[in-house]
Amino acid sequence: MNVANVAPAIRLAATLLPALMGLCVASGAVAQTIYVSNEKDNTLSVIDGKTMAVTDTIKVGKRPRGITLSKDGTQLFICASDDHAVQVLDLATKKLVHNLPSGEDPEQFALSPDGKSLFIANEDSNIVTVVDVPSRKVAFQVDVGVEPEGMDVSPDGRWGVNTSETTSMVHWIDMEKRAVVDNTLVGPRPRYAQFTKDGSQLWVSSEIGGTVSVIDSATRKVQKVVDFHIKGIAKDRIQPVGVKLTDDGRYAFVALGPANHVAVVDAKSFEVKDYLLVGRRVWQMALTPDQKTLYTTNGVSGDVSVIDVDSLKVTKSVKVGRYPWGVAVKG
Amino acid sequence: MNSLVNGLGAKGWWVAFQGIVAREVLRFVHQRERFLGALVRPLVWLFVFAAGFRAALGIAIIPPYETYIPYEVYIVPGLIGMIQLFNGMQGSLSMVYDREMGSMRVLLTSPLPRGFLLVARLLGGVVVSVLQVAAFLLIVRLYGIDLPAWAPLTVLPALLLNGLMLGALGMVLASTIRQLENFAGVMNFVVFPLFFLSSALYPLYRMEEAGELLWWLCSLNPFTHGVELIRFALYGQVDGQALAVVTGATLLFAALAVRGYSPARGMGSRAPSAG
Repeated sequence: MNVANVAPAIRLAATLLPALMGLCVASGAVAQTIYVSNEKDNTLSVIDGKTMAVTDTIKVGKRPRGITLSKDGTQLFICASDDHAVQVLDLATKKLVHNLPSGEDPEQFALSPDGKSLFIANEDSNIVTVVDVPSRKVAFQVDVGVEPEGMDVSPDGRWGVNTSETTSMVHWIDMEKRAVVDNTLVGPRPRYAQFTKDGSQLWVSSEIGGTVSVIDSATRKVQKVVDFHIKGIAKDRIQPVGVKLTDDGRYAFVALGPANHVAVVDAKSFEVKDYLLVGRRVWQMALTPDQKTLYTTNGVSGDVSVIDVDSLKVTKSVKVGRYPWGVAVKG
Repeated sequence: MNSLVNGLGAKGWWVAFQGIVAREVLRFVHQRERFLGALVRPLVWLFVFAAGFRAALGIAIIPPYETYIPYEVYIVPGLIGMIQLFNGMQGSLSMVYDREMGSMRVLLTSPLPRGFLLVARLLGGVVVSVLQVAAFLLIVRLYGIDLPAWAPLTVLPALLLNGLMLGALGMVLASTIRQLENFAGVMNFVVFPLFFLSSALYPLYRMEEAGELLWWLCSLNPFTHGVELIRFALYGQVDGQALAVVTGATLLFAALAVRGYSPARGMGSRAPSAG
């Protein structure tokens, strides 16, 4: 190859390289918006998924904790715990449009697969309130254990599950009978529950027990207990709270609270693959719809950590308000 | 003498430059113990000190880091700086040795300008330190510490500048030391304060918490800025303040070194006592 041939080749490379790099960046960033509830600020931080910068802070009700998107993605439901209401935020106008009746002190909730029923855990009154979203009316209430917290609905809509912190149980609410028909004992202080995509398993975290219980949905018996150990961190600091399962059944991510780490669990073998360092007192998490990115709320350090699911690396931490609690991603 | 220099031409300068650099590299390659020593020192810090210090709960976010990091990640740029610091002092030690053995005089009898010869000798030392850092970075990667893929390349300019600064400092010291035996004093009064009063082992905000005076000493220490320059360069960024301080310090030390070796004063005037 003589010199005359090399020059155009270099020029070609010089034009192609930035284009290729641009492509890589573009494919990783579909316009996504991340919403984070700040428990102590009574606000919602809005993060642009592309620039990873906080673009807006919206004033909401007192002590916002659990948040979730409506099925069509146009509204955000917010548990305003100290206002004893679930607030509905219109995402286009960024205005609170109305409240849903919620019972006392709503902390967490789950939306039924059809998007019509909202299952709300009322921490102080030991009940679960089911709200019919279109009519904005309470459909029914169910008595559960002491300090209800975690909530989820099975993908087929048959079960509503609730965990009660003090009773350390999972309560299985039969949707047709509108009553608790079974209970499963798990580790102390269960905080969060999530069904697998196919509904065959329910993963429940136990904050004081320091474990995650995997329950077989058919028998409603604990099938496996996942334990966590991080070198250099005392066992009692490892307090599992939020759990997120990937749709492909590959990973379960478990937020370990004051241990400042997110555990990556192989969802098939139940082995812990890795522990990822994030901010202080990591609480809840949300996956992007494309399942490529996981966001964690870190309460004490007041930020949100961004985890790349493919490489299992923490890429960034973004400052938000005081005590970020819930997080939801709009794709 | 001027005509002699002109007569050498560019090639002559290049041959001299190559010769001096190659001699430094050769000297290094032939001393396997020195290579091992240069590697073992930072690795002991990494595997023992950093492991004991672990900070498994994470270090608060400071630029250029974008998220929480364990202590092992924080200490890497400081240990790279340490490699270069010791290398610079080693250069100063070998310069004192060369002077005692007389090979320094052979070098300085070259018709090329003294400044050029000293800079060539300096660059020889920097090349050696870059080789040491490359080996260290390889082990760091094998150990499982995450650095950007391009870090070994982006850090090069910072290594060059920091190596020049510390090498020049070593030369200044060498020009003031009369005997090899005095070298231990250099370690106590130069290397340790430079290393410990810097951001190599702990972030500067920690120093600020410990005391205003300590923080000031650390901020004034050029080695702090060398370490920060390396830290940012590893992540493909430039710390403007560090760059300015390191460049300024390099020029200052180089000027002092050239002055220290001028025949009118410094070493040249002392040398005849040997003859």
